[in-house]
Amino acid sequence: MKLSTPLLEVKDVSYAYHTKSGETLALSHIRFSLSKGEFLAVVGPSGCGKSTLLDMICGILSPETGEILMNGRPLCENTANIGYMLQKDHLFEWRTIYSNVLLGLEIQKKNTAKARETVDHLLTDYGLDKFKDSRPSQLSGGMRQRAALIRTLALEPDLLLLDEPFSALDYQTRLSVADDIGKIIRREEKTAILVTHDISEAISMADRILILSKRPASVQKEIRIHLSVENRTPFSSRSAPEFKLYFNEIWKELNHYGC
Amino acid sequence: MDARTPLSGGQQRYLITLRRELRVVRLSRAGLFLFFLLLWESTAQKGILDSFIFSSPSLILSAFLRMIKDGSLLTHTGVTLFETLLSFALVTVLGIGIALFLWCFPRLASVLEPYLVILNSLPKSALAPLLIVWLGSNMRTIVVAGISVAIFGAVLNLYTGFEETDPDKLKLIKTLKGTRKDALFQVVLPASVPLSFSIMKVNIGLCLIGVVIGEMIGSKEGLGYLIIYSSQVFQLTPMILAIFILCVIAVLLYSLITIAEKQYLKKRA
Repeated sequence: MKLSTPLLEVKDVSYAYHTKSGETLALSHIRFSLSKGEFLAVVGPSGCGKSTLLDMICGILSPETGEILMNGRPLCENTANIGYMLQKDHLFEWRTIYSNVLLGLEIQKKNTAKARETVDHLLTDYGLDKFKDSRPSQLSGGMRQRAALIRTLALEPDLLLLDEPFSALDYQTRLSVADDIGKIIRREEKTAILVTHDISEAISMADRILILSKRPASVQKEIRIHLSVENRTPFSSRSAPEFKLYFNEIWKELNHYGC
Repeated sequence: MDARTPLSGGQQRYLITLRRELRVVRLSRAGLFLFFLLLWESTAQKGILDSFIFSSPSLILSAFLRMIKDGSLLTHTGVTLFETLLSFALVTVLGIGIALFLWCFPRLASVLEPYLVILNSLPKSALAPLLIVWLGSNMRTIVVAGISVAIFGAVLNLYTGFEETDPDKLKLIKTLKGTRKDALFQVVLPASVPLSFSIMKVNIGLCLIGVVIGEMIGSKEGLGYLIIYSSQVFQLTPMILAIFILCVIAVLLYSLITIAEKQYLKKRA
């Protein structure tokens, strides 16, 4: 699967938050790369700067030192589209589900008939076509999160960033939405980075897991996930014989250096 | 909530109790008002209350009919209503405009903030005489007086509301590569509509206060003028009548905005 230039390269990135009372180093010399089609999960103790890392890859924050390359070129001179899915769905109550899903296309002035056709397909595929004209508050948490994913996918991102997108859901919904979204991402052959503090979720979805140390976060360990299940989905992954071994390994890593 | 499905006995009983409760409250409200009027009228008739100072419902009613006939009441009420609506419209437009301008230029906002706070806490009735000297004794002055009472609070409250927009929603716009203009039109403004309505409800009352203060000091028309004039010639009946009409106007204007708000919510739901 490895290509000559990786899709994303994070090179020696550091970032600090500044307040009047002082400076907090959040990330310290983070280094990793990601090839096309790969699913990377980033785990680490809470507050270690995982979201900050995604904010920088998305271009909302710029690294204080180091650089981030997409297709071998710096982010600022890049035309590559990066989709970012936040913890909460943030669907707007003053829009219908359909116009919520079109928000990104509207903002980027790509609201064409062709783009809408893609969106219609996605809505049908993920069982939301009947709720096009509903308001977000009429949908369940899982359906809202699916709508938020379609809003992100509508822009056809080359790289998908997921910032604990399931953490606001109850456990049962969480498993089924994670399963759905995992399948969707595999089917659309998207490259994705999932940030989570849930070890099982990371193993069940990712090809590779990056373990960050506590603040200031640096890459503590990288683990490649090989599960012997056929037609791997996030749900079936959980019954793989290796699942528990990976879990214990990551658990030890996090607790050894963690708190 | 389908109207066609038959209701269970329990649900029906619940609805009947609910309706009965509402009826009792409404009847009691009307009864309280009637009782107050009767008490007032009878004590005035028996001379317990001095109707020269306290007037009486029947005196007020006959004054009302007389002033309707000679057209003076309609003029005074119309003038006050017009001035209030005009200053309210200007407060709404200016308030939202200035608050938006401050949101677009946060540095300007932090420079101006203490001045806005001072102007907002200043008792505006103190300004009215000054306005009359500056602008003359005319309708323009009255409208400016109405605006001055409401505008600073409106700007401050709206700006605070704009500033308190959920940062995660603004982040969402950024992740979709939106600009500050997108953030304004897609998030800040639509999210502030409920706040704007509640600020408008306060403002309409404040504008009425400002207009009446203005009319009391520098005007020859309007309910404020009627109150001041009646007090100077010691005619309490038209004065109390004017106060009654102000009550009615205040309630009507407030409910107008409540209706608009409900209409908006219905459209959105």
